[in-house]
Amino acid sequence: MKLIVNEAGRFVPEKVNGVKQVPFKGVNKFKPRGNKAKPAIRSCADYPSNGNKLVKNLREALMRSGLKDGMTISTHHHLRNGDVITNILFDTIHEMGVKNIRWFPSASFPVHEYLIKYLEDGTIHHIEGSMNGPLGKYTTEGKMKGVGVLRSHGGRYQAVQDGEVHIDIAVIAAPTADNFGNANGVNGKSSSGLIGFSLVDSEYADNVIVVTDNLVSFPCVPWQIQGNNVDYVVKVETLGDASKIVSGTTEVTKSPDRLLIAEYVAQFIDEAGIMKNGFSFQAGSGGTNLAFVLYLKERMKAKGIKARFVRGGSTKYLVQLLEEGLTDYILDGQTFDLEGVRSMRENPNHVNTSPFTSYNFHGKGNFASIVDVAVLGATEVDVNYNANVVSHSDGYLLHGIGGWQNCLYSKCTILAVPSFRDRIPVIIDEVTTLCGPGELIDVIITERGIAINPLRKDLIKAMKNTQLPIKSIRKIRDEVEEICGAPNKPRLNKNKVVAVIKWVDGTLIDSVFQIK
Amino acid sequence: MQTKNLMSFAGKRGNQIRSDCYFEIELTKSGGIDLDIKSKVLSLYGDSIKEQVLEMCNYFGLKNAKILLEDSGALPFILAARFELAVRRLNKNLDKEFLPEFNKNNLYRTSKDKIRRSRLYLPGNEPKFFLNAGLHQPDGIILDLEDSVAHTEKDAAQLLVRNALRKVDFYGSERMVRINQLPRGLEDLKFIVPHNVHVILIPKCESREQVIEVEAEINRIKKEYNISSDIFLMPIIESALGIIRAYEIATASNNVCALTIGLEDYTADIGTQRTLEGKESFFARSMIVNAAKAAGVQAIDTVFSDVGDMEGLRNSVLEARSLGFEGKGCIHPRQIPIVHEGFAPTIDEVDKAKRIVDAFKEAEAKGLGVVSIGSKMVDAPVVKRAIRILELSEGKK
Repeated sequence: MKLIVNEAGRFVPEKVNGVKQVPFKGVNKFKPRGNKAKPAIRSCADYPSNGNKLVKNLREALMRSGLKDGMTISTHHHLRNGDVITNILFDTIHEMGVKNIRWFPSASFPVHEYLIKYLEDGTIHHIEGSMNGPLGKYTTEGKMKGVGVLRSHGGRYQAVQDGEVHIDIAVIAAPTADNFGNANGVNGKSSSGLIGFSLVDSEYADNVIVVTDNLVSFPCVPWQIQGNNVDYVVKVETLGDASKIVSGTTEVTKSPDRLLIAEYVAQFIDEAGIMKNGFSFQAGSGGTNLAFVLYLKERMKAKGIKARFVRGGSTKYLVQLLEEGLTDYILDGQTFDLEGVRSMRENPNHVNTSPFTSYNFHGKGNFASIVDVAVLGATEVDVNYNANVVSHSDGYLLHGIGGWQNCLYSKCTILAVPSFRDRIPVIIDEVTTLCGPGELIDVIITERGIAINPLRKDLIKAMKNTQLPIKSIRKIRDEVEEICGAPNKPRLNKNKVVAVIKWVDGTLIDSVFQIK
Repeated sequence: MQTKNLMSFAGKRGNQIRSDCYFEIELTKSGGIDLDIKSKVLSLYGDSIKEQVLEMCNYFGLKNAKILLEDSGALPFILAARFELAVRRLNKNLDKEFLPEFNKNNLYRTSKDKIRRSRLYLPGNEPKFFLNAGLHQPDGIILDLEDSVAHTEKDAAQLLVRNALRKVDFYGSERMVRINQLPRGLEDLKFIVPHNVHVILIPKCESREQVIEVEAEINRIKKEYNISSDIFLMPIIESALGIIRAYEIATASNNVCALTIGLEDYTADIGTQRTLEGKESFFARSMIVNAAKAAGVQAIDTVFSDVGDMEGLRNSVLEARSLGFEGKGCIHPRQIPIVHEGFAPTIDEVDKAKRIVDAFKEAEAKGLGVVSIGSKMVDAPVVKRAIRILELSEGKK
């Protein structure tokens, strides 16, 4: 495998799974020309005039879709760790004797450890999406036949639109659907809130199969997925384990250190002058993120400040902001708890969004760069503000990119991270895997201190008189090293790339190497 | 018949454990050191962990042993405490200590009249709570050897607390240890006195003799280690008898810096139960305040034990302050800012402090050695305290 050095100074392969790649050129430097990918022309005359696209089962739908060796099959991750339908899908493909599938999920979860046997026996050739937990371990140990490709949520849309990934068959698990294929995630026993991550699949795939466990009479409204893009509908008993699709409740962290970080985040946003009437912010689902929303809320109330919109993943804490009139809208990409699902169903100001509107590099603008402040996590941050979100310092892939890379485009990107976890340093010399370039990362908030990127002279000036513990990132790194000791680098086989990390524009920003 | 090899265990194991480790040592007759390391951080720190364990084997003269280490991300000072414990459990008469290097940030001193609004209790055998406690900026951090430590792990906590005193950065918080009830507590002192402890809390204190006994042992150790810095005492009064003798306890030694109270045991002792309202302990708490003030030391209130109830805590702090208390115990770091808020200086206190500091500056400018307001002389510690009050009123932590 021939490696070249990209603009970020990282080694990336020239080709991945036989396809020539573009190395990372710098932020906003690579802008391909030409036309977007084109879905095939279809005619309604070829579909049942009574609108009923129901077929007997998944096997029949796959057969009619012309399933064969080497195809690309996509799924979404809105069922999260409760997803059983993806596992059943690959059982079926396996029974049909089909091999070498490229699996193109919007993310994977620990429940998909089940699929390792299909990676072993050649049913699945490789994964392009995220490789979490057990799948990450499997991949990093060099056991997958092809090279894994990790993309952001926006990057997935981009890859389909610029023709890098052509989806042969999209299988869309839909908590509610009609027999025409209109579908949504807000109703039904397996409700997940929304299913926007499969929007691109429904628009571009050659064949689209909607699978539901809650079939309703036409019309299924709202139609987050339009039946006009759907070829077949399959009714099953159950899509998955509802208790693991969204959690009943999401709880704020009890860890004193995480709470301290969350409080620092809220104080920073306030004192830096970002928290003002009509502002916007992004909040994720981690324990620290939930807590920062609570602290920010106290400050907003105290100063009588109202946000224009908040971007989720939503939880009950965001819903409370909306219902107490502290924000006009929630723009939601995915929903993490039952309160979020309820609010999305009932409140027109809780708006579902897709990676197209939120994040897509090939959109005519995207929401992410409008947001005033995004608070995100990371597994590692280095002294040049570069950050990693997919692997740990031991070199193992552990998480997907999610919307993380896309959110870095916000006006102020804050990474709220502990300076070390157990003995594993988070603030280090050089990231194990580069996912986000330092020029887009503005502030690092840890329990030991807050580092502001020297590029952000405006923020440094705004925080000149703060009582917050502002420190250089190198000082924080030194403190961590004093506590934990200097770690060894993971022992990697630099000749074998097991996965690549795409930047939001489709270029290669870094490689993941096999663990020795 | 073959005799069984001597074995010992120390530390904690299992999936739930974080920042700690478990050692098993089996003494063997031959074969050298057979080390089996299972660690969450093997790829990052495997080499240094191995080096550390072999260094400790060498230090304690362990030549032939099978050693199992299950490490859940323990820092070196924790590994050292657990290993030493396993060695001690094999050899009760061990006279060597494996001491981590003293953190140079931990060399600071304290003073008798230091402000003690908050003191954070940390269980002495739970190292994961130690690491960042100082970041929450309590006035004092108490490493506890008493009630929060299981009877079977008292020896473990002694070593862990000793190593923490040396290695963990307290970020300027006063360094306190609660020893066990006497006489056992006297045994704890040699593990803490040589390591720059600032204040020793004496639990279930009932007489001036107990204070004197603790102080005598401290002085003996200080002499042995050639330590000159002050170590202050904070008796915790937790019984009816103790309350009655509060004044004589407070005046038993010039090193008593504060009196405090433990209400769980006190209410049990007088045959009642703790209520939220606290009528049952009103007398005892007022006694503490009165005795402390009469003796010229600080009166510090008990802990507020519902960590979820911040409003209750706020009220409890205001009530304690109105009774005359100057500080409150904390069992969760999130309680600290609320306690500090509750004990923030009043306008009158700030005014008085301003007058003292102004007088001090004036005296300094005139080159006078003595500071006075009107005809009243002001001692140096009073000036220091006034400066601190002004700092607090300006929001400095």
